Amino acid sequence: MLILECPYCGVKAEETELHAGGEAHLTRHATGSTDDELKFYLFQRKNPKGVHFERWRHVNGCGKWFHAARCTMTLEVFGTYSAQTFEPPKALLSSIKAKRPDWQAT
Amino acid sequence: MSNVVSALQGVSADGYVEVQEMGLQGMLTLRGDLSMAKLAKAVKAAVGVEMPKQRKINLNGQTGAAWMSPDELLLIMPHAQATATAAKLTKALGKTHSLVANVSDARVVFTLSGKGAREVVAKLAPVDMQALKKGEIRRSRMAQVPAAFWLSGKDEITIVAFRSVATYVFDLLANAAAPGGEVDAY
Ligand SMILES: [Zn+2]
Repeated sequence: MLILECPYCGVKAEETELHAGGEAHLTRHATGSTDDELKFYLFQRKNPKGVHFERWRHVNGCGKWFHAARCTMTLEVFGTYSAQTFEPPKALLSSIKAKRPDWQAT
Repeated sequence: MSNVVSALQGVSADGYVEVQEMGLQGMLTLRGDLSMAKLAKAVKAAVGVEMPKQRKINLNGQTGAAWMSPDELLLIMPHAQATATAAKLTKALGKTHSLVANVSDARVVFTLSGKGAREVVAKLAPVDMQALKKGEIRRSRMAQVPAAFWLSGKDEITIVAFRSVATYVFDLLANAAAPGGEVDAY
């Protein structure tokens, strides 16, 4: 069971209260982009085994979208953070780095 | 003028916890930046309570305000006052970026009363009911539909759900509260 703390209402929400929104921090290529950019935006995902950044929505709760960093293999949750950002907070990245020294942010 | 009725017209079920539909209840949704002083002032004038903090519900008799998200409040008042309160609030907020909607007839309200009230909710929602404090509102789901609830008295919980699923929620609650279903978890 996955439990994520919603950064907006502070509820420690169990997975069935949430809706998964896929990989986080994608660049939204649209009109005027190249075929390759559009292909990557629409279809190409990292799908890593290990540290992953995702979007989640507290759908049966405050209704807000937020970000979460977790391990896809162990389900360890490293943290959750605001949706109003283009990249994970520095403090979160260094705490992940401390736990997983081999991990490289890409 | 049509006769306004609540979803299940006061139906009740007697189990080890009593389930009661509460009839007509005035409710407004207010959306806007809750950190703005102007909103807090307008809310105070409309329902007579302070702006609730995160996940809190402030009630004063029949009126009150509940924190639903960083930009949403649920305002509570007698059903007959809802239209007037909505108009007053809209006027008070003026050009402030906000939205007031009268959702009274889009909702259904139930109470659970009895020692096992927390337990009945715990059967249906993924919520630590032991940790729920007085003065706190919790939005979650009950089985497959959204619901919000708070402790409204000793061994009493008030539940708000969408009117369109009123029968579903009543059946859920009545079933979870049926005699013989006691878990004695708390
Ligand atoms: Zn939330």
